[in-house]
Amino acid sequence: ASKLSTVASPLSTTEPQTDHKSVITYNNFYEFGTDKGDPAQNAHRMATRPWAVKVEGLVGKPRTFDIDELLKLAPLEERIYRMRCVEGWSMVIPWVGFPLAALLKAVEPLGSAKYVEFLTHYDPEIMLRRPVLAWPYGEGLRLDEALHPLTILAVGLYGEVLPNQNGAPIRLVVPWKYGFKSAKSIVTIRLTEKQPPTAWNRAAPHEYGFYSNVNPEVSHPRWSQATERRIGEIRKRPTLMFNGYGEQVASLYQGMDLRKQY
Amino acid sequence: MPTFLRAPSGAQIALIKAIVFLLCLLPALSLALGWYDDALGANPIETITRASGEWTLRFLLITLAVTPLRRYTGLHWLLRLRRMLGLFVFAYAVGHLTTYLWLDQFFDWQAIANDILDRPFITVGFAAFVLLIPLAVTSNSFAIRRLGGRRWQSLHRSVYGIAILGVVHFWWLVKADLLEPFIYALILAVLLGLRAWWRELERRRQLSVPPPAKHLERPVIRIVPK
Repeated sequence: ASKLSTVASPLSTTEPQTDHKSVITYNNFYEFGTDKGDPAQNAHRMATRPWAVKVEGLVGKPRTFDIDELLKLAPLEERIYRMRCVEGWSMVIPWVGFPLAALLKAVEPLGSAKYVEFLTHYDPEIMLRRPVLAWPYGEGLRLDEALHPLTILAVGLYGEVLPNQNGAPIRLVVPWKYGFKSAKSIVTIRLTEKQPPTAWNRAAPHEYGFYSNVNPEVSHPRWSQATERRIGEIRKRPTLMFNGYGEQVASLYQGMDLRKQY
Repeated sequence: MPTFLRAPSGAQIALIKAIVFLLCLLPALSLALGWYDDALGANPIETITRASGEWTLRFLLITLAVTPLRRYTGLHWLLRLRRMLGLFVFAYAVGHLTTYLWLDQFFDWQAIANDILDRPFITVGFAAFVLLIPLAVTSNSFAIRRLGGRRWQSLHRSVYGIAILGVVHFWWLVKADLLEPFIYALILAVLLGLRAWWRELERRRQLSVPPPAKHLERPVIRIVPK
């Protein structure tokens, strides 16, 4: 993959990074199959050029961005983040990307905009046809979450262009939420007044809430969220509230009951 | 059909058993080698947990397939493999549980107890394992003699319920894509359905046999234990 030039970010963690091979071979990208190894096997079928991202809804300047315009929208930064999957495993991944806020500011959100909806690429010719989830995969954030400096659109990994199985050419990364919130291969970003539907919440509303913040105190019917296994390690480690990003993001949820708003 | 298949000699049965034994060991062997070669992917503990669980289910379905296979092929000696296959179900279940207790939870008994109580898929999986224990313990000829054929058989019929628990365990574990557990459920439904169907056939057969005329009936001698 081709190299990307990046600047370092103070928001990066200094923890040891998960080995490159694990990051690009152990993926959840259900459109390409539901086994962890399937996306690495099948995602090469997806063409990532040309690629356009439509930004619409409650914005002053709706427009469609070409992927190459997006790469120049803001300086590309290396953001080394912890990534915690709802299944109880985690990684430390050096993403390359830029703040989602940079894109949102360019389209001038209206005062009535409260949420941001993300819709991802779905092509039944090359992707799973069985309706495992309601395709296309949709995700959403509250506008203040979307504007948070930790929230990025990633276009690369380990200093190189993002591999298809990791959500090329452009994906969301929200490091204090479970991994499934970070939608891959995004084609539409829509600002809305109402909370948008999200794929996993529609599939199992009692298991996956809209917020899906990493929270060791709220257990999942299938997995205790108290601990996690960092890929590459044997013993589990305790899971941190907001995946360890509490200092930066806890204020977003002041006054909310996170047991109910899971 | 060659004679050795239709009616193998004692030595041939012994050879078949040895081959089947080695074949049944292969999945465990390949996982053990994979562990030492670091060839089980990014999350080897998950790979082992998943594989040992799926092999437990597969051996359970294979064991349940022995009787139908025997009935439809007439290869009665297949029955002589059943005990070994059943014990492999137990062996893989022990491997599966050990992986969970040791590699996954590292004997964190509090977390394990919470899992069994709070997570329905673990509750039923654990129940299935506990119910397998009496079957493994009574799998020897001594136990059959001790219990008597009838009681032994009704005890071992609990394997049908265990198989259902095993499939439910898998079904409830899966996040969204139910295709795989569905396949196991379908095979199990066929294997259990066949047995229900045979019972029905047997019932009909008994109903269709006219009762013997009164004067031909022989006196029934009952042996009543004192």
